[in-house]
Amino acid sequence: MMLFTRAFWQPHRIIMALIVLGIVIWSAATLRWDWLPKYLPQAVQGIWRTIWLMLASLVLGMMLAIPLGLAQAVGPWFLAWPARAFCTVIRGTPLLLQLWLLYYGLGSLFPQIPWIRQSDLWPILRQAWPYGLLALTLSFAGYEGEVMRGAFKSVPKGQLEAAKAMGMPRFTMLRRIWLPQAVHRVLPTLGGETVLQLKATPLVATITVVDIYAVASRVRQDTFLTYEPLLLLAVVYMAITGLIVLLFRWFEARLPSRVA
Amino acid sequence: MFALVGAAEAASTLDLLRLAPPGWGAGLLWGLWNSVMISLGAFGLGLVLGTGGAFGKLYGGPVLRDLLAVYTTVVRAVPELVLILILYYAVTDAVNQILLSFGYARIQISGLAAGIAVLGVVQGAYATEVLRGAIQAVPAGQIEAARAMGMSPGLLARRVTLPLMLSNALPGLGNLWLIATKDTALLAVVGFAELTQATRQAAGATKAYFTFFMAAGLLYLILSIGSGWLFAMAERRARRGQPEVRG
Repeated sequence: MMLFTRAFWQPHRIIMALIVLGIVIWSAATLRWDWLPKYLPQAVQGIWRTIWLMLASLVLGMMLAIPLGLAQAVGPWFLAWPARAFCTVIRGTPLLLQLWLLYYGLGSLFPQIPWIRQSDLWPILRQAWPYGLLALTLSFAGYEGEVMRGAFKSVPKGQLEAAKAMGMPRFTMLRRIWLPQAVHRVLPTLGGETVLQLKATPLVATITVVDIYAVASRVRQDTFLTYEPLLLLAVVYMAITGLIVLLFRWFEARLPSRVA
Repeated sequence: MFALVGAAEAASTLDLLRLAPPGWGAGLLWGLWNSVMISLGAFGLGLVLGTGGAFGKLYGGPVLRDLLAVYTTVVRAVPELVLILILYYAVTDAVNQILLSFGYARIQISGLAAGIAVLGVVQGAYATEVLRGAIQAVPAGQIEAARAMGMSPGLLARRVTLPLMLSNALPGLGNLWLIATKDTALLAVVGFAELTQATRQAAGATKAYFTFFMAAGLLYLILSIGSGWLFAMAERRARRGQPEVRG
């Protein structure tokens, strides 16, 4: 870690660190934090919900992005066109709009359809989080589908021709050679995409999902404090971002960086 | 089934999009106008901040470089929604404190100005990184030659560095512009009447959610595809005379 080396701690950095420490001590002493113990359980639950939403939408979105990228890269026109249209629409409109379209639109449509109301899924569909998860998933799939298209195209042709010459079935070829190499190319950008996805999650608070952002909003309404909950919120997001960055750095160090 | 229901519903509610008062079309277009104004202002402010930040990061002293590193890291790690709230209250408070200390009355800052300022600060952080990379990609020999000719730093930036880096920066700046247009939607959360907020009001009043959200989506889509086309043209123009990058 660079943080513990002598080269990092130049005189001006020591002064800056002291100033930051001073600001932290000042805000701990003069700002109001007495609401913190009361809201701590809610905050922990909110953080957990934020992380859970991020992870679930990442995994589901990636599973959608792979066929989307494949269809755009090598698919026939009747698959490539819809995939490209989907990516363009998702990337060309704000996530907030997509979220509200799904929540208010589908949410007002579903109760009018009797067999959905009577189905076993209705108790889930009545809640807000499925719409939030769906919007986040589709958004990630749209952005990542475009990235995967480039990754699939950038795998050297010789690799695929060699596999074909070995008599590999097409699906085995995808599983053993094409997909691993494409994913390997995407990995360096995936850390940044994950941070962007984390930063997209607070939007779900606008459709009444109680994530950490919604908890902070509730604190602000209850206590009439302006800055304290928002500062805590910023610190929480920075901590999660730092964790993601460290995790991906560790992950990348374990992977061989040289591809044939 | 859903498509049929949706289509039937859309056909019956399409009248709501008319421009004249029973329809809500004029409100949507006014929202779009507001969105475009905020995006333009924020993008411009971001370019100014980003150019300063990029030059500061590359040629500034150690303290300035570290401060800029803190700025770009923090802004890129905290969600825009949270930054908008913090900066909105902080900026309003600061302006009012200054006004009060000089003996003036409190003022209410307009949503347009606040939106531009807040999104501009966010854009500035991203623009700093884009422009820094683009400046670094300018061949060092060109800059050294200009220095050897005795050009002052300002003249060097204006005549050599900025024009040469433009072709490298334009794709990244195009992405930033798209982010700016879409980030204006976040101002809906603080109640500013841009396109998304206008759409929600219209949809909430008429219950025709699909019609209005799809119409707004179409407007955003036209905006982003149109400006993508403009940026591609600008890049082609900035690259004229340069060897083709792709084969």
